[in-house]
Amino acid sequence: MTDRSDTPLVEMRDISISFGGIKAVDHVSVDLYPGEVVGLLGHNGAGKSTLIKCLSGAYRQDSGDILINGKKVEIANPRDARDHNIETIYQTLALADNLDAASNLFLGRELVTALGFVDDSAMEAETRRIMGRLNPNFRKFAAPVKALSGGQRQSVAIARAVYFQARILIMDEPTAALGPQETQMVAELIQELKKDGLGIFLIDHDVHQVKRLCDRAAVMKNGELVGLVKVDDVTTDDLLGMIIAGKKPQHLAA
Amino acid sequence: MTDANAAAAPSRSRNFIKTLEIDTRLLGMVGAFVVVCIVFNVMTDGRFLTPRNIFNLTIQTVSVAIMATGMVFVIVTRHIDLSVGSLLATCSAMMAMTQTSFLPAMGLDFGNPLIAPVAILVGLLTGAVIGGFQGWLVGYLSIPAFIVTLGGLLVWRNVAWYLTNGQTIGPLDETYQLFGGIGGTLGTTGSWILAVIGVVVTCIAVWSARRARIRHEFPVKPVWAEIALMAVGAVLILGFVAVLNAYEVPSRVLDRQFEAAGQSMPEGYSEGYGVPYSVLLLIAVAVVMTVVARKTRLGRYIFATGGNPDAAELSGINTRLLTVKVFAIMGVLCALAGLVASARLSFHSNDIGTLDELRVIAAAVIGGTALAGGVGTIYGAILGALIMQSLQSGMAMVGVDAPFQNIIVGGVLVLAVLVDIIYRRKTGAT
Repeated sequence: MTDRSDTPLVEMRDISISFGGIKAVDHVSVDLYPGEVVGLLGHNGAGKSTLIKCLSGAYRQDSGDILINGKKVEIANPRDARDHNIETIYQTLALADNLDAASNLFLGRELVTALGFVDDSAMEAETRRIMGRLNPNFRKFAAPVKALSGGQRQSVAIARAVYFQARILIMDEPTAALGPQETQMVAELIQELKKDGLGIFLIDHDVHQVKRLCDRAAVMKNGELVGLVKVDDVTTDDLLGMIIAGKKPQHLAA
Repeated sequence: MTDANAAAAPSRSRNFIKTLEIDTRLLGMVGAFVVVCIVFNVMTDGRFLTPRNIFNLTIQTVSVAIMATGMVFVIVTRHIDLSVGSLLATCSAMMAMTQTSFLPAMGLDFGNPLIAPVAILVGLLTGAVIGGFQGWLVGYLSIPAFIVTLGGLLVWRNVAWYLTNGQTIGPLDETYQLFGGIGGTLGTTGSWILAVIGVVVTCIAVWSARRARIRHEFPVKPVWAEIALMAVGAVLILGFVAVLNAYEVPSRVLDRQFEAAGQSMPEGYSEGYGVPYSVLLLIAVAVVMTVVARKTRLGRYIFATGGNPDAAELSGINTRLLTVKVFAIMGVLCALAGLVASARLSFHSNDIGTLDELRVIAAAVIGGTALAGGVGTIYGAILGALIMQSLQSGMAMVGVDAPFQNIIVGGVLVLAVLVDIIYRRKTGAT
């Protein structure tokens, strides 16, 4: 289980970011421990995606610090995030539709031969190996990912994170485009990754899913943090109340 | 494996093509090209498919084809370059001025062996710098490529004019003129050697690709399919060279050559032209560009960016710098095309490369490059250029009125894209 005596894996302190005068994220602090799943809940536009994009390097916060293993780090772009073993699975999946699974898995980090050319067969072999573990039914290695189903595409995106040994995984509505069976697959995968000691930020709309998959939940509204609670301490109604009314439940507010 | 066999029954011919793993779109383009050739050959009573005309067709295609390979990268990354014709003119003007004015002023006389290489280097540099600059405007300042290169269309055309005062610059250096086509060929023996090298390389490439797949225990094509591929490649290469070799140097030209050497021509002596250096240059460009597209990170990033710019960016690809690189490559290829075009004319003229941007874009699009980005092949673009040039010169031979020629070419371009769209929709392929 989660070990809370350690320093947190990630600590986002007092993060603020605004776009054209609108505060998208307003002095928000969250933390994440190894082997823990923290859900980020809120309406569309509540600021959860924006907050997490500061961690993945897609945005730069206006103020506030990000600490990894207790050390302050600068994350200016997605490459910096990768260097800190932060991997992101985006809502839009961030796959290049016209390339095959292997090219997508290794995008930006291609395996090359001694002469500096991309080594397609080696990458395909590695992809077959990792997919054999994550999604044994996956067969379409030669086809562009456009031809894959939502679940298959999702498994390519997850494989990318797993292959490069992410320590911190950000999942932006990973099951939004998936059917029940594929959702179950992702849920099992999250449990497995937790056991390996990864810290996972899970952005989701669905309070039931958060209650089921997460250890703690951070609820945001209008760019502000409503509260960071243990999911076992609250009911789904409490969570909904936090999302909609922006109020912490009575028994925790005290 | 068993699935493939079970599905084999309904359509034998489709399965045959599948086993060979030949791109059906490529097959369609080759088919269209063959039809064009046969139709014109019939209409001209066999004058279209003579070695002489095929030779001419080849050297006429080179300049546009070289640029079309670069246009593939530009369009694949969801940009466009309308300035290639003008950029060609500026590069050509720089190369012409370097050899007739700048270098002689520095003390290098006409005929000095250094003149051609220095002039070409200056041209390539000009192309790279201007192309890179346009790429910077697009990538870093986020000005749409359409606008940047539309401006470039005017700017570089008139920079060329200013450089030369609008004069025709020539005659150009003799070594430089070797890249023009008929003025510089490998000769029959050299061409056969080249053909054999080509065949060997093709076979090795097919075989080593197979070995790589076997090494990783991936499914491979049956051996007969690989051998058939090699055979097709070999026949195409040898046939092409045989045709170019069959075009004989006119006897009066040979006469003059022997006279210049102070000898008299032996009775019945003949000599074939063989592969022109300009075609050799195109082949080299095609090979390099194909390797870049398929086997380098740069190429992978170009296609990834075209497929999904956000994904590329989030994967840590510097898409701005990538844009600069793509346009710089385009610029270098414009310079090479300018070299071939001006060497073929033996002088630089003020209107060189006019309307080439349209031919180049049309060649790339007919060759299957999707304007939506992410899809395109180098060989397709070259084939597209060849089809365009065949249409144009075929109609000229048949005697179609000039306005109708352009009307038909325009119509064919639109039709080709329509066919491509329908094909994509039907197959659901990329």
